[in-house]
Amino acid sequence: MQTAVIDKEIDICALTDLIEDAGTTALINDTQIALFYVKKTGQVFALENYDPFSEANVLSRGIIGSIGADLVVASPIYKQHFKLQTGECVEDTSIAVKAYPVNIQDGRIRLTFLGKGS
Amino acid sequence: MSKKKLVVIGNGMVGHKFMQAIVKDQARDEFEIIIFCEESRLAYDRVQLSAFFSGKTADDLSMVSAGFYEDNNITVHMADRASLIDREKQLVTSEKGVEIQYDKLVLATGSFPFVPPIPGHERDNCFVYRTIDDLNAIAEAGAKSKVGVVIGGGLLGLEAAKALKDMGLKTHVVEFAPRLMAVQIDDGAGAVLRKKIEQLGVSVHTQKNTQNILPGEQCVHRMNFADGTHIETDLILFSAGIRPRDDIARESGLEVGERGGIIINNHCQTSDDNIYAIGECALWEGKIYGLVAPGYQMAQVAADQLAGKQNSFTGADMSTKLKLMGVDVASIGDAHATTENAKVYSYVNGADEVYKKIVVSEDNKRLLGAVLIGDTADYGNLLQLKLNDMALPEYPDTLILPQRDGSGVTGLGVEALPDNAQICSCFDVSKGAICQAVSDGHTTMGAIKECTSATTGCGGCTALVGQVLNKELEKMGMEVNTDLCEHFAYTRQEMYHLVRVGNIKTFDALIEQHGKGYGCDICKPTAASIFASCWNDYILEKPLAGLQDTNDRFLANIQKNGTYSIVPRIAGGEITPDKLIALGEVGKKYNLYTKITGGQRVDLFGARQEQLPLIWKELIDAGFETGHAYGKSLRTVKSCVGSTWCRYGVADSVTTAINLENRYKGLRSPHKLKFAVSGCTRECAEAQSKDVGVIATENGWNLYLCGNGGMKPRHADLFATGLDDETLIKYIDRFLMFYVKTADRLQRTSTWMMNLDGGIDYLREVVIEDSLGLAETFEQEMLTVIDSYQCEWKTTVNDPAKAQTFNAFVNSDKGDSQIVFVPERDQVRPANKNELKATLGA
Ligand code: SRM
Ligand SMILES: Cc1cc2nc3c(=O)[nH]c(=O)nc-3n(C[C@H](O)[C@H](O)[C@H](O)COP(=O)(O)OP(=O)(O)OC[C@H]3O[C@@H](n4cnc5c(N)ncnc54)[C@H](O)[C@@H]3O)c2cc1C
Ligand code: SF4
Ligand code: FES
Repeated sequence: MQTAVIDKEIDICALTDLIEDAGTTALINDTQIALFYVKKTGQVFALENYDPFSEANVLSRGIIGSIGADLVVASPIYKQHFKLQTGECVEDTSIAVKAYPVNIQDGRIRLTFLGKGS
Repeated sequence: MSKKKLVVIGNGMVGHKFMQAIVKDQARDEFEIIIFCEESRLAYDRVQLSAFFSGKTADDLSMVSAGFYEDNNITVHMADRASLIDREKQLVTSEKGVEIQYDKLVLATGSFPFVPPIPGHERDNCFVYRTIDDLNAIAEAGAKSKVGVVIGGGLLGLEAAKALKDMGLKTHVVEFAPRLMAVQIDDGAGAVLRKKIEQLGVSVHTQKNTQNILPGEQCVHRMNFADGTHIETDLILFSAGIRPRDDIARESGLEVGERGGIIINNHCQTSDDNIYAIGECALWEGKIYGLVAPGYQMAQVAADQLAGKQNSFTGADMSTKLKLMGVDVASIGDAHATTENAKVYSYVNGADEVYKKIVVSEDNKRLLGAVLIGDTADYGNLLQLKLNDMALPEYPDTLILPQRDGSGVTGLGVEALPDNAQICSCFDVSKGAICQAVSDGHTTMGAIKECTSATTGCGGCTALVGQVLNKELEKMGMEVNTDLCEHFAYTRQEMYHLVRVGNIKTFDALIEQHGKGYGCDICKPTAASIFASCWNDYILEKPLAGLQDTNDRFLANIQKNGTYSIVPRIAGGEITPDKLIALGEVGKKYNLYTKITGGQRVDLFGARQEQLPLIWKELIDAGFETGHAYGKSLRTVKSCVGSTWCRYGVADSVTTAINLENRYKGLRSPHKLKFAVSGCTRECAEAQSKDVGVIATENGWNLYLCGNGGMKPRHADLFATGLDDETLIKYIDRFLMFYVKTADRLQRTSTWMMNLDGGIDYLREVVIEDSLGLAETFEQEMLTVIDSYQCEWKTTVNDPAKAQTFNAFVNSDKGDSQIVFVPERDQVRPANKNELKATLGA
């Protein structure tokens, strides 16, 4: 298999495809990405969808909210919280999921995806 | 100045603990450190070894954080056994030929499992249970075996037997002594334990002396016993005790005990001042400690000694509490009552298979020991009484007798404990240390965990640590905060009123008017539940969808691998053959794991998120509706067959159960609700364990309220008797609405009622006598909920846009490729970690 590093922006979907104040999942090559749309601020965040605690691809199905100043998502399985900005786990700071930069342009969600593609 | 050389032999649990201790110390810089590690991996958690069989990997069990030895400049000779100590030259030689000169030497060589010299013990498929390599070999052989025998019925033997059982083998335990766990418990307890273990399907053979192991006829081996009997088996595990690994110490002339073990003093020094021994290889005052906690204490002592600090080992407590094959077992101190003139009190409950015994001093004042089987709730209390030598109550037997009159437990409050009471034995954390941590500002369980390590070992001390924390907070005058979460300074009950009175229908409005921040996974589902109780709108409506727990958001219960289970409503447990066939067909078509639930219905597991609308479409076409197994709402109304068929039934329990289930289905509440209806007092529907229980009598229905199964079972209270259908429903309407309005989040009716001032009597006043004048409102509000019922799944599959939100990906038609199933007993189950790896590649 040939691996190439993709570092360009990839078009994912329309902003209106996302669910307000909740998560949606996107697939890029073989990687699952959880997209979270925070309506109040108009921001969209992208995290790796894989939950390191339950070892299942579920983070997009968690509830989003805030802890102090941080926006977070709670894993739907064992309820650990991950910061939407950085992917860092609140309960165990030695653990983090990948966070990807998101760009919203003309109502489209675009992601800068640094990683292996085939 | 050149550094002194510190050589450590053995990198097991204790050896590694020692390294952690020494690395933390300033004196670390005085030493160059070299380790010999015989196993092919660095220290791992042997205590959790059996977890290897339930999918934990060697990495999961590892105790050494990545880079620990490299970062600390410690040389490790991996997979190399130290084979010779020349004390004159202060030289250690290894099997691979490495020679290291030492100034100080620490032996942490642990122990090895003793294999009795039975002829045939060296045959293939005979194993011991000590290392990850052993387990790998056992797993491999187990996969090809049908029958397994564990020789030795001690703690470890039973743990090993559980592993064999879990692998699906027909399992036997063979014990030489007349009872199981002969070291820790007495005959009475042994008998109870044996019965429990046999109930789990493991055959127990006591007083069996194995004479030889020969080739078998049906199986690989035949074990012949001295009494002329025999067993055939494919696999044999020896678990007949451990022996200290003192071989190299012995050969180098260090003093060892008569029955093995490297003799140490209170400083953990051997007969050679420059050599220390710690852990299971060490013999202190004639004792070997086969537990990890005393080994950790020795590790700290040796590290302190090397750093020139004061510290000594003065013995350790060997009390144990554990769950063996699902059976709670505990033993404290002098369990066998060997102390002179000791008095013994015991309590045996044959029905529940509970055995408790305490051993007290002649004057009845001090606890010497205890044994608990089947119910170890008293362990924490008893252990503290023993360890702190505290005075016993006037009648010591009250410590173990059950409290039937609800007068509260005799458990001593944490207040009574002295500061030096050891709360966490795994990490030797005292009550004083926890209090100190609290006053230093560590005011949550998480913070205490981090700063003292308490509760992070076996976890057995969690409840006690929590009690100390709460007591301290109370003393500091800290209010025990009843706010729902950081976003709302209200209780659930207050939030309910805000919503109702303010006619609030969205979370945005709620948080804007009454809260702050963005909400969280606590207040959002709470608000969603309140909105549903009040307005009963479709819960996946746009502004509501994001508030729902994943189970509510996908209208199904999430499983460990991210798939979902589906539970259609089968009101009262009554189902036609055609509907059963329909369920079977859907299960077959989508390859779902099918199981009868404890609530008289059928659960279909393993549906992928994107399959849910398709499956539900078929179920709805077959006449099913949602069962709300995912919601905090009415689950099931269990029924017995009742007077229609049963020769004893006095009323039609099935019809009543179906009516009740259809009336209250869809009602969102603080926690789930379970009902049952029995056709006579034989109570086959177990109504007295439910939130609402109805039992038929000749005079009408008896209504029971606020029962609970689950974690903390409670029998329901008889609330009213001889009711007709109409009154029955009226009372239940009022009761439920009162509960929905006033209970805390995730509070079942049982705990809610017990926290009501006046309890069940007060409830009677409100519901029957209408003391609040709210009865009519309750009934009206209930009617609104009932009238606005909709099957959420029907609404969902009928709306293509809604159904689309179940797609796995917003930008692809694919599904999650990492969901993998494997076959088991003619159905599927989620692949475990190793199986996943094998299927998906690394
Ligand atoms: C499927 C079932 C087990 C089975 O295979 O039989 C089951 C499965 C679950 N139970 Fe249960 N319980 C099931 C009957 C019971 C019963 C027996 C009964 O209802 O007669 C009890 C004890 C009775 C009681 O609740 O008072 C029971 C007491 C619990 C508890 C403890 C509740 C408590 O008050 O202590 C939980 C945890 C909780 O709710 O917080 C729980 C939670 C769960 C959850 C939802 C755990 C979870 O979040 O994943 C399980 C998921 C169900 C699923 O995926 O479909 N389950 N659970 C049973 C479904 C019955 C049904 O048809 O709806
Ligand atoms: C299945 C199982 C369950 C258990 N459950 C519990 C429990 O619930 N609670 C509890 O307290 N305890 C439990 N124990 C006991 C606990 O694991 C031991 O008390 C603990 O591991 C002892 O630590 P140690 O470092 O002394 O010995 P070990 O962990 O055995 O480590 C000794 C290490 O030294 C190595 N070694 C030996 N000789 C040499 C040499 N010459 N050169 C180099 N290396 C050498 C060995 O290979 C080994 O890796 C359990 C044990 C087992 C096997
Ligand atoms: S509870 Fe009564 S009516 Fe119902 S099955 Fe049992 S004996 Fe028959
Ligand atoms: S007693 Fe084991 S973790 Fe505290």
